[in-house]
Amino acid sequence: MAKELPFERPLMELRKKIEELKQFTEIEGIDFSKEIIELESKAKILEQEIYTQLTPWNRTQIARHAKRPTTLEYIENIFTDFIEMHGDRLYSDDHAIVGGIAKFNGVPVTVIGHQKGRDTKENIYRNFGMPHPEGYRKALRLMQQAEKFNRPIICFIDTPGAYPGIGAEERGQSEAIARNLRDMALFKVPMICIVTGEGGSGGALALGVGNHLFMLENSIFSVISPEGAATILWRDAAMAVTAANTMKITANDLLDFGIIDGIIPEPFGGAHTDVLQQAADIKNVIANSLQELTKLSPEQRIEQRYQKYRTIGVYTSLI
Amino acid sequence: MLKDFFYKKRKYATIPSEKAKKNIPDGMVVKCEKCGTITFVKELQKNLNVCLHCSHHHSLSAPERLLSILDDGHFFEYDSDLASSNPLGFEGYLDKLKKDMDKTNLNEAVVVGEGTIGGFPAIVGVMDSRFRMGSMGSVVGEKIAAGIERALVKKYPFILFSASGGARMQEGILSLMQMAKTSAALAKLHQEGILFISVLTNPTTGGVSASFASLGDINIAEPGALIGFAGPRVIEQVIRQKLPEGFQTSEFLLNRGQIDMIVDRKEMKSTLEKLLELHMVRGNYNG
Repeated sequence: MAKELPFERPLMELRKKIEELKQFTEIEGIDFSKEIIELESKAKILEQEIYTQLTPWNRTQIARHAKRPTTLEYIENIFTDFIEMHGDRLYSDDHAIVGGIAKFNGVPVTVIGHQKGRDTKENIYRNFGMPHPEGYRKALRLMQQAEKFNRPIICFIDTPGAYPGIGAEERGQSEAIARNLRDMALFKVPMICIVTGEGGSGGALALGVGNHLFMLENSIFSVISPEGAATILWRDAAMAVTAANTMKITANDLLDFGIIDGIIPEPFGGAHTDVLQQAADIKNVIANSLQELTKLSPEQRIEQRYQKYRTIGVYTSLI
Repeated sequence: MLKDFFYKKRKYATIPSEKAKKNIPDGMVVKCEKCGTITFVKELQKNLNVCLHCSHHHSLSAPERLLSILDDGHFFEYDSDLASSNPLGFEGYLDKLKKDMDKTNLNEAVVVGEGTIGGFPAIVGVMDSRFRMGSMGSVVGEKIAAGIERALVKKYPFILFSASGGARMQEGILSLMQMAKTSAALAKLHQEGILFISVLTNPTTGGVSASFASLGDINIAEPGALIGFAGPRVIEQVIRQKLPEGFQTSEFLLNRGQIDMIVDRKEMKSTLEKLLELHMVRGNYNG
């Protein structure tokens, strides 16, 4: 069982109790079936209560869950024949971004995504999913390759943000992100972006300019991490919960703003509770989206993508 | 008496009252934040806010900048009526906007319009760091994207002076998306072969640095400006060590190959004129 989150504790405790009763029934031969049924229906109600009333902070916790499926897991379960490509041809290979060629329902596509680790060792190798400029440049190189061979591009977004470090600044973190934002606007091929976990600021957006942008139900997408916002706005990182709950970072919020094209539902408890089901649901969304986008001409795809981002913004006129 | 003579010696020091010290009216002199030299404001302004002693470039307001760049300061402003609303319902945001509007006499943190530089027409945008730290929300993104689209239609070069702490927190994800919006507009400009000169002034960081400000065909920085993706405080917190001297300054960026040149404020107009002139006649080389 995955590690529980604080708000799930009552449910997890109840489930444990049910499990205990079941074992007791087996070992001692005393019939608790009535109690078990009662508790199970109670658990169902509790589950419903907890998971239909998740606060943005709860969702943030799910999005960051240690067991949250990563890009490579989705690739494994959605695509076939994946061949990973490495390196930006300029400096190095960034392990915080993975990418390559794969088949989607038999059709070659290019898949790119942020990659987080499963444990501490792996996370150090993946730099906790925080790319350096070479990661973004690798991604752009693979996109250009996709454009050349007319392959649709599918991006998975899951990063706390671009890495803030000396080397990253020296090698032009800003320029790498900016160039992706600009050049992604010009590709003729269909581009689909899916926020699967944390959509952390510019480091996430640098893989997030597509014809269609989707978010998993419990993923978040924000201009700054809740902790960062709390530090800037209230000079107190402990205000992160407040920040998460006020900054409108959930899939529902982004749908309301007209920024994303759809929300991909998650099983109760989050994507990690049923990776195969989640992958199948994502696969469906990609299939529908691709079908829609292939109907457009290359020029229409560029224009549709342009208008999608061009129209985002809320403001008034003083006249 | 002799005793009086000795006791006349004061046993205490006197400090003139604050009032007596203030025979210089407020706001008439200014102390350089770099070298500490005190100069008259008028004198500093005449020198484009560049310290006469150490050449430190103090920030310029958008109107001052336009005056220093455009021929006779003539400027036709676009979209001056656009103002921010409060899409996230952020507490106190509207009050802060109002305060900055009163303080700066501007409606937002960027001014975009057209004018001529050395006789060459151009679409010019100038950010003003006095307004919410020059941060980019929906209005800033919209004005810049609209300015780029005008440059596309008119086939005029686009010149943008950045001065910004990054995306505006109070508009959340909408601010972030302005990075994609402005960059996509620049993509069109890029495809049409229209010149974009990005001038990075102090400070240019975060979401502004990671979008349009880094996308110039020519990237120019003012001396000593802070330019970078992450703020120095954030980096120090993450890597838990002191940053090297001069990290993330214009000079550092030039050294690391991130910008084309550093141009002194006094040379800015003439440099832009030269660059515009060089881009006026294109593709006519028959030699």
